[in-house]
Amino acid sequence: MRFAVLVFPGANCDHDAYHALRHVLGAEAFYVWHREESLAGYDAVIIPGGFSYGDYLRSGAIARFAPVMEAVRKMAADGAPVLGICNGFQILVEAGLLPGALISNADLRFVSRMVRLKPEHTDSIFTASLDTERSYAMPVAHRGGNFFASPEQLAELADHGQIAFRYVDDRGRQTATANPNGSLENIAGVFNRQRNVLGLMPHPERAVEALVGSADGLALLKSMAGIA
Amino acid sequence: MRARITIMPKEGILDPQGVTVAKALAELGIKGIGEVRMGKFVELQLPKLTRKKAEAVTAAACDRLLANPNIEGYQFDIVEGD
Repeated sequence: MRFAVLVFPGANCDHDAYHALRHVLGAEAFYVWHREESLAGYDAVIIPGGFSYGDYLRSGAIARFAPVMEAVRKMAADGAPVLGICNGFQILVEAGLLPGALISNADLRFVSRMVRLKPEHTDSIFTASLDTERSYAMPVAHRGGNFFASPEQLAELADHGQIAFRYVDDRGRQTATANPNGSLENIAGVFNRQRNVLGLMPHPERAVEALVGSADGLALLKSMAGIA
Repeated sequence: MRARITIMPKEGILDPQGVTVAKALAELGIKGIGEVRMGKFVELQLPKLTRKKAEAVTAAACDRLLANPNIEGYQFDIVEGD
């Protein structure tokens, strides 16, 4: 599987994603500049975290108009896996490829800490090899990760199995203290209806080596890459 | 022509900035203030457009970029002059 790691001005997790895929997993990963208009030859896309365009106006609002996003839209429609992490999640939401919105953290502070994520189900390429009985430790680092959706949108997300991950404590409970940003119903990540597009605020690509605190992110990236 | 656009969080959307500012005002002892909501103010210069065209251009700018319809509403006035 050939991964495209998109590079936007202001992105800062593109190198982490590239490192996780290429050096840790041994997958084929390539940087793709945001001005590119084609993603021909790639099988999967990662939109990395960072502060594209300085987060001006709203996080992700300007990056969604980058030429490469039209190619991402086509790949998503064709069923290819598209993963947006942190700012990548914000970009996918602004682009309308994922439902809901990401607003300022409830306490208005930048939050940088480890969280625990619990997958809701394993019926997606990203979560196929995960275990719904356990949680996965990954860091968050953001100021606008507070997931919001209207009650109707929320009901629709639940009905279609589009809630991918929730924040939980170390005993697997959805508590307020486990929720780093005030997200509705502790939602940390959501799928599109077809579940080939995933956005999440925590960083699996920064949790791929025990040396830096957790290697739990590997499970998700391996699942996406089809590595057993 | 100029467009003067106000973008506000929709009803029911948590507005942490507004809540924080309301607390700070209360701590200052300024009485009589209820809820505080914070939004954005954007001004567009629209030289050489008719009023009708200016309205259409401004609405397109709001719908496509300036406001996120999931969480924000907007209103604008078109005013004469630069």
